[in-house]
Amino acid sequence: MTNTLSLRAAVVSVLLFAVFVFAWHLAVQGTTQVADMDPEYAALMGKTATEGTSAMPGPLDVGAALWDHIRRPFYDNGPNDKGVGLQLAYSIARVLTGYFFAVLVAIPIGFLIGMSPLMSRALDPFIQVLKPISPLAWMPLALYTIRDSNQSAIFVIFICSLWPMLINTAFGVAQVRKEWLNVARTLEVGAFRRAFTVILPAAAPTIVTGMRISIGIAWLVIVAAEMLVGGTGIGYFVWNEWNNLSIVNVINAILLIGLVGMVLDQILARFGRMLTFPE
Amino acid sequence: MSDKFISLEGIAKRYPGPGGSTTTIFQDLWLSMDRGTFTCVIGHSGCGKTTVLNILAGLDTPSAGALIVDNQEAEGPSLDRAVIFQSHALLPWRTVMGNVAFAVSSKWRKWNTHQVREHAQTFIDLVGLSGSEHKRPSELSGGMKQRVGIARALAIQPKMMLMDEPFSALDALTRGTLQDEVRRICDETGQTTFMITHDVDEAIYLADRIVLMTNGPGAVLAEIVENPLPKDRQRNDIHKHPLFYAVRNHIVDFLITRSRTFVEQTPDYDPRNVAVVRPGFEPTVAVSADETAASARLAHG
Repeated sequence: MTNTLSLRAAVVSVLLFAVFVFAWHLAVQGTTQVADMDPEYAALMGKTATEGTSAMPGPLDVGAALWDHIRRPFYDNGPNDKGVGLQLAYSIARVLTGYFFAVLVAIPIGFLIGMSPLMSRALDPFIQVLKPISPLAWMPLALYTIRDSNQSAIFVIFICSLWPMLINTAFGVAQVRKEWLNVARTLEVGAFRRAFTVILPAAAPTIVTGMRISIGIAWLVIVAAEMLVGGTGIGYFVWNEWNNLSIVNVINAILLIGLVGMVLDQILARFGRMLTFPE
Repeated sequence: MSDKFISLEGIAKRYPGPGGSTTTIFQDLWLSMDRGTFTCVIGHSGCGKTTVLNILAGLDTPSAGALIVDNQEAEGPSLDRAVIFQSHALLPWRTVMGNVAFAVSSKWRKWNTHQVREHAQTFIDLVGLSGSEHKRPSELSGGMKQRVGIARALAIQPKMMLMDEPFSALDALTRGTLQDEVRRICDETGQTTFMITHDVDEAIYLADRIVLMTNGPGAVLAEIVENPLPKDRQRNDIHKHPLFYAVRNHIVDFLITRSRTFVEQTPDYDPRNVAVVRPGFEPTVAVSADETAASARLAHG
């Protein structure tokens, strides 16, 4: 039953994709009217005016360019001409670094907040104020204090990944069933062992949900951050190709950003399933 | 015989009520238990039975009074007093073996994995769960889960077992089997046991003494019923014993009427010398509170 359902869903997906690509292909077919103009004037005009082709690339152009990128993902011809794989690698490295530091900070502090009602109330106003700040608003301050564009981008990832993990960890820890804690108490389990053998596994599904939200936000923010700091990364690539007026590459970059984001999300979803326990 | 192991001395539990008042669940409650005895508590919901058990376990602290274990005031939970929870409270991310081993390694911290598993296995076998060691709680039936709870409590070889309605969530058949096993295990290991129940028959089958509590708030420990049935009573013919209905009726009468009226009908109630009753040994079965108290005081000397 589920097998045939997923098979049918896959067929529908493929059909929808085919319809979309075909519609796209038709939509970018050239306009027929070509104005009769002076050759000197025509030289100043784009191909839309002179040859009647659409300014928007069609699926075939994008596909060809994508194939090109896939064949040579890691070439490096200088600052403005790097393979898209290389650019993605820069972005992923920044996201993982900032994210890693966010995990190191958010989970222990989340534990503290979840376990101590005092700290929960004391830290609450700070979290409430800091959480809604757009991570990009930190960028000037980061650039000013850190004085390194790459590290500033990592800092922005750190700050945006922090909150969902922090809040989910605190919530998960605070919601651990009283009876499980009572079991640990009657067994005279020390605080340290209790944190690792009872609270952490009990809160793990909630913590991983927070981590999954965080990696999604981090991947959203890295593109914008790299557009600002420039140099390397997929966000810079998008902006650079826009400046080159290469819409084909912009579309390809959008597609690749989506695919990488999906992979990151799926990795954490799988991780979460490993830690979830049925009751 | 008077080998006192644990006692509650004048404990009370009060909660702040609305408008600055305090609600007293129970107060001035005295109860002691000898080593190797099985005590059941019966009372209506809200009389504070679970609070008494939690205080015995060290999970709750009394508003007044003290818990004395082995002639010393006890504070907080201890590995000497194992709790079997009503909701079994198994850790769902651990297997049967993992749950029992967690308790074992909490008691004997220096043991290696092999020793821990071997010890845990003994108790998994004891409760009849051999072959299910690697199942998770979600794969077990209610009765099997409670068996794991019992194995976990026994595995730390406590001096006392505290059970909070351990069988109330089980079907009648499973409940019967588990009662038999608990009785067997308690006899074999000489456990001191304190159990809360709502089931009068269960109390008569398992307990040496049945403690009756009046309705809360302001509950008191009304009397202690000494079980007159022989030690070697069997589930299948316990109801044929001539004294069975004397005990049963006495308890049921208490639950229906006297749990409400006991406090006003017993003006000379002394919480430190609670009446001890042996139903069937009094001239009449349906004794009034005064007579019971009087005869018990006589019996007491």
